[in-house]
Amino acid sequence: MTTSTPPKGTTPLARREARLAWGMLAPTLISVALVVVLPLLAIFWISFKPIGLADLRPATAVVRESLRGSGDSLRIQYRVRNSSRDVTVEDVSFTDTLPDMVTLLPQDLPAECSLTERLLTCTFGTIEGGFNERLRLPVTVTGDEELAEEAVEGSAPAVTATADNILTNFEFTTENFARIFDGDEFFSVLWVTIFYTVFGTVGALAVGLFAALLLNKNFRGQGILRGLYLFPYVAPIIAVAFSWLILFDPFSGSANALLVQMGVVDQPINFFGERPLALIMVTVFEIWRYFPLSFLFILARMQSIDTDMYEAADMDGASPFQKFWYLSLPMLLGILSVLFLLRFIWTFNKFDDIFLLTGGNAGTRTLTVNVYEQAFAVSNIGAGAAVAVVIFLCLLTFSIFFFKFVSREEGL
Amino acid sequence: MKFLRFGYVTGPLIGVLWVFVAAITVAVVMSFATGDAFRPSFLWSVLFGAPIGLALLGRPAVRPAMAAGVVLFVATLLLGIGPVLTDGVPLAGKLGAGVLMGIAVGWPMASFVGALPMGALNRHLFEDSVIKFLTGFGYIFFTAIVAIPFFVMVMTSLKSQQQLVANPLDFSLDLDKGWDLFRSYQELFADFNFGTYLLNSALISVLTVAITLAFSVPGAYAVARLRFKGQAVFSRSILLIYMVPVIVLALPIYIAFSVTGLRNTIIGILLIYPVTTIPVALYMLQGYFRGLPHEVEEAGLMDGLNRLQVIWKITLPLALPAMASVSLYVFMIAWNEFLLAFMLLDDPSKFTLTRGIASLNSSEIPRQHLMAGAVIATVPIMALFLGLERFMTKGLTAGSVKG
Repeated sequence: MTTSTPPKGTTPLARREARLAWGMLAPTLISVALVVVLPLLAIFWISFKPIGLADLRPATAVVRESLRGSGDSLRIQYRVRNSSRDVTVEDVSFTDTLPDMVTLLPQDLPAECSLTERLLTCTFGTIEGGFNERLRLPVTVTGDEELAEEAVEGSAPAVTATADNILTNFEFTTENFARIFDGDEFFSVLWVTIFYTVFGTVGALAVGLFAALLLNKNFRGQGILRGLYLFPYVAPIIAVAFSWLILFDPFSGSANALLVQMGVVDQPINFFGERPLALIMVTVFEIWRYFPLSFLFILARMQSIDTDMYEAADMDGASPFQKFWYLSLPMLLGILSVLFLLRFIWTFNKFDDIFLLTGGNAGTRTLTVNVYEQAFAVSNIGAGAAVAVVIFLCLLTFSIFFFKFVSREEGL
Repeated sequence: MKFLRFGYVTGPLIGVLWVFVAAITVAVVMSFATGDAFRPSFLWSVLFGAPIGLALLGRPAVRPAMAAGVVLFVATLLLGIGPVLTDGVPLAGKLGAGVLMGIAVGWPMASFVGALPMGALNRHLFEDSVIKFLTGFGYIFFTAIVAIPFFVMVMTSLKSQQQLVANPLDFSLDLDKGWDLFRSYQELFADFNFGTYLLNSALISVLTVAITLAFSVPGAYAVARLRFKGQAVFSRSILLIYMVPVIVLALPIYIAFSVTGLRNTIIGILLIYPVTTIPVALYMLQGYFRGLPHEVEEAGLMDGLNRLQVIWKITLPLALPAMASVSLYVFMIAWNEFLLAFMLLDDPSKFTLTRGIASLNSSEIPRQHLMAGAVIATVPIMALFLGLERFMTKGLTAGSVKG
């Protein structure tokens, strides 16, 4: 008699299932690889490159053609120029077909050029950065000069040139990192980031917990209030950021008018323009905008807590605060820690809020704002990428924590 | 804390705090409504709150407390004293503030301290009344912080620059102007191409939702149901992608798009937006798929459907609520997205709404236009959201809350 044993190894059916699974995941994997992983690798590459915003348009040779003078002094002028001030462009040449009305005498040709039939070819070879030269070719015109000018300038010369592209060559530098770690600036940016992240996260959690406690009971209008309390999170960031700016405007903001009228302050306060108030304000904005998210998650968890426990506690004579402290809070600890980690990472990553509110001025420049600041305000893309690399390394550290704690909490 | 647990301490204490809260609330509401000078006063709040707290001990009836409150505050406000100071305010304003104060103090205070006796309190009574006070404060606090910015946004968009500078507190509307109130909106649509922006935003958001679903539904199903090597790693690491900051990605994307000429195209935006939403959509959907019963799908398999047919005919119809909430969430992300649109779009004919509003932020354009733009961007997403709030709440919390 043979006993049947479960099959060893992967069976054809399992293989087919795995193939199907990978097939179904393929679109996601490919798109994520292209839009997330590739840029991340590119960031590392760029961070070691001496590259500015201007280098994005690769250097090339520019040729302008015009017909100048009149009568005997009539000439075609080619102005040849290197578009970059400091990059050498190689193999520069251009060809141009002369219109029928124009006659060019071969002996007048400059050394760089040659003429076959009506095709003019000029070769320059290597031109240095800042190269700018005019070629003048005396010509005679049969017919109207105006028409000839139009004909000459109507046909653009075909230019070939190859330049070293800073993005793809093998020139590296560590200057970007030296630059961003240089001096006190980096540490002030780091300090601002930590303040913003820690207080923004803890604040949003605490306020969210308070809001969840408020709405964790059934009454008429609970749904409406819940919807209302989610507004800050749902509205477009640009709309609410500008509303805050207008509300707290130092000259015509309602908040200042209210404070002055109530006698709290004598002078209007420049909420988003003074240190350290600006940093506190952007943190408050962050709390305001993201408390709904934590409130939603905490409320959902609260409503899934078994009510038996509270009944038992009531029988034992526990007071409301005791019930909160000894029953609710321990039950909520899981979701609170998950939310803390998630919000911590997301707040750390936050860019738009500060960018719109203060533009990173008045001591509110966080790491993410610094990326933009370096890359676009200072026009040093390399340095921006270097800051991005620093951010990425921080996130890698966070995500290790995330995996250690969150996956356990969530039972993934 | 023991010394607090006496009716004659708790009552006045809560009374003082609540009267002050009510005074601030009424002053702010009346200032916003009329533009006149209403000021809360802490000193008067102490003088009024303590006796009120004492008087209402053991008197839980709401209506008499409210009536007494209205009489008291109207009378004192007309005399020019009380927790809300109204120097130079017209009579109607004083009356309004008095009635509001009466209601805002009488009704809640009766329920806060009405159950307390004069003498020593047990823990339950004391904590109950503190919690009621905190709850009342919470409702006012949250409603204020949420409503005020949106109120300012809407009202500013209906005023003119001169009115705004003359009295920043005056949000009362001049209804005689009729349709002229909406001039900023008319100008935005007529002169600033907001119609195009609205269409662009709608198009981009809807397409983003469609692409995201097309990519994430099969992916989520595979992660949730099919067995393959790396499934566990996959279901964990999918959220990791969501943690990469957009600004870090935006830089290389900006460079790549500049070089390839995809900048300033809607196609370029559509290549990026869905990828930022696919991971979170996949995560939410796989959580939902896991919760669906296996048996129905297995029955389908036994009856001769293949996997793809099972997904199409069985799983998807069951997952419609989850799909709705994921769609709503993705739509919200795409509609509100600002950074990428700001960096990648320079051509006004391709602007999304958020990018269009950013272009209004200059000193030459009056602020009511900026706020009108903000309202135009906010209203559709709010309407959609309020209509489908249930889906949103469920969908957001589905993937991550067990129990």
